[in-house]
Amino acid sequence: MNETFEIVDLHARIEEREILRGLNLTIRKGEVHAIMGPNGSGKSTLANAIMGNPKYEVTAGEIRLKGENILNLPTEERARKGLFLAFQYPCEVPGVRTANFLKLACNARAGKELDTMDFYDKLQEKMKVLDIEEKFVRRYLNEGFSGGEKKRNEILQMLMLEPEFAVLDETDSGLDIDALKIVCEGVNKLRGPDIGILIITHYERMLRYITPDYVHILVEGRLVRSGGPELAAHLEQFGYDWITKKQ
Amino acid sequence: MSAPPPTEPFAGRAYKEGFHDDIKTLKSVPKGLSHAVVDYMCDVKGEPNWMREFRHRSLDLFLKQGIPEWVPGLRDEFHYDEFTYYVSPVEKSSRRWEDVPEEIRRTYDKLGIAKEEQKLLGGLGAQIDSEMAYHNIQESLAKKGVIFLSCDDGMKQYPDIFRQHFAKNIPPEDNKFAALNAAFWSGGSFVYIPKGVKCDIPLSVYFRINAEQFGQFERTLIICEDDSFCHYVEGCSAPIYTTNSLHAAVVEIYVKERARCRYTTIQNWSTDVYNLVTKRSMISAKGVMEWVDGNLGSKRTVKYPSCYMIGEGAHGEVLSLASADKGMWQDAGAKLVFLAPNCSGRINSKSISGHGGRSSYRGLVQVARNATGCRAQVNCDALILDPHSRSDTYPTMEINGDLATIEHEATVSNVSDEQLFYLTSRGLKKEDAVSMIVNGFIEPVVKELPMEFAVEINRLIGLQMEGSVG
Repeated sequence: MNETFEIVDLHARIEEREILRGLNLTIRKGEVHAIMGPNGSGKSTLANAIMGNPKYEVTAGEIRLKGENILNLPTEERARKGLFLAFQYPCEVPGVRTANFLKLACNARAGKELDTMDFYDKLQEKMKVLDIEEKFVRRYLNEGFSGGEKKRNEILQMLMLEPEFAVLDETDSGLDIDALKIVCEGVNKLRGPDIGILIITHYERMLRYITPDYVHILVEGRLVRSGGPELAAHLEQFGYDWITKKQ
Repeated sequence: MSAPPPTEPFAGRAYKEGFHDDIKTLKSVPKGLSHAVVDYMCDVKGEPNWMREFRHRSLDLFLKQGIPEWVPGLRDEFHYDEFTYYVSPVEKSSRRWEDVPEEIRRTYDKLGIAKEEQKLLGGLGAQIDSEMAYHNIQESLAKKGVIFLSCDDGMKQYPDIFRQHFAKNIPPEDNKFAALNAAFWSGGSFVYIPKGVKCDIPLSVYFRINAEQFGQFERTLIICEDDSFCHYVEGCSAPIYTTNSLHAAVVEIYVKERARCRYTTIQNWSTDVYNLVTKRSMISAKGVMEWVDGNLGSKRTVKYPSCYMIGEGAHGEVLSLASADKGMWQDAGAKLVFLAPNCSGRINSKSISGHGGRSSYRGLVQVARNATGCRAQVNCDALILDPHSRSDTYPTMEINGDLATIEHEATVSNVSDEQLFYLTSRGLKKEDAVSMIVNGFIEPVVKELPMEFAVEINRLIGLQMEGSVG
């Protein structure tokens, strides 16, 4: 079986503005990739295009999940096939308890009604990993959550849904150092041969806790350079100017 | 985002109560309203003379009165002559379910108002068209002196209590539809809770319209004596025809000192029905009235459950939940009228408009000059599901009493694309995501309801919102 997530010559735009201009990337299960890029380079567009946000239009290219082009699939189908996006700005859904939402999401991912006790056992376990207190999941989904709580909730959802490929869109933004550590530990727990992870970030600091196998630099809608973890360190030292000047 | 797909019609898809049965009519009158119809009704019902006079006077008032200026539209939408004002498929109201004609029992079985349900209830009434087919109360409650009868039987069996209270709270002069009801009233409930009696299990009545182009005018009178408690629950439905029907009820409630009454409505008329209802409670000192008003159906609803706080320290509360789907206009809301000092009141209104439906919140908070130290809190939130739908808010406040604390908050929100994308990205189907957002929106109101009503309301709203696209 083809255990890869491939982005092939991806072009995407929002409101007539072309943002991605031929992006290529292949992630195999077991790998962690990081895409770093300055503001406006197309990081969020990439995350949204992968998950099928209808606001973003893909004009050319393919996104293949285990060999299947998923571009024509609606968002929920992509999720059910094992794709996950941790949002940069998770939105609030008043009146919907986090646990209830998670249960429905897990049922959707499993394609069947899960046993309630099993679900809650697993939820407890994952909450411990992320140092989340009991009442958190009884609160309404993201409503009144701090920035850190929202991001933690994203990772909780990821741990619960056990995706095959996960995209983390600027998960480090808005996190203090303690929260960042906990969130990264959670990701590291999930890391393994059954999942491919793509971390999209502006800063290198998240990569201090999650060492990526590959680092790519995104500039003006294309990956302009790829390397190992040392590339991230280099970038932190010299800034994006170093790469954009070379262009 | 691509254009939303055409929405499914409400009728037939989600409205499982839209069937009609062939039920033999035993008594009916020709179409249209007239003094002759009034006389016919008085004759077949065997009513006392004072009621005959009252009805005739009410019909005159109805013919004289105009529709209030602020009631939107209505005037040109239907003609009073297109309806039949009295249709009875039963001889009398039965106390045993077995005595109800079989074809009517069958209708009620289909609606799930099966006999078993009585076990959860203190009493059950079932009205079909103009008359109550069934009305019964648990023996234990009857022994405590609780009276639960059809309104007609209440008049005959307890003439003194009845006459002391009937139309004293809502006289026919009050408004055109109250006058219409007063002229043609038939059926509804008469509830009397004696001093100090707590009627812990709900008394429930289901109103069914089966006839076509028909007007249902039930009248309900509830009297809670000092220190008593009762919870009254009503539900309703009607078949789907291509013609209009009319439902103009009047509900009068008296909450005496320190008594508490909760009145729950799950209004689920078909989109043929004009629902023009007057509901009012008079609350004596330290009494508590709670209206839970769920308007989920009808073509048009005009209804504002009211709390008149006439004794010091009275409390009135209205939870209003309106869902306006395709072809519906819910003009709902509430009134709090403070006529005594140190009273408090709360209105919590939630409306949802989808598939081109329209909902309006219309509310009144009125504080009389002598009603000092009163507190009122009004929250009204509207959720609009698509650009074809509409929501309006018409709050009125008239504060004359000193030291009043009045709070009013209103919000309007949409199902946002961001919310839909977020929820679908976790594998939820779009319609489930919409339904989740809608149920979340009404959660603060629904969580105050007893479980079985909460489930029913979630079910009905979930059905309506199928196929909604944000």
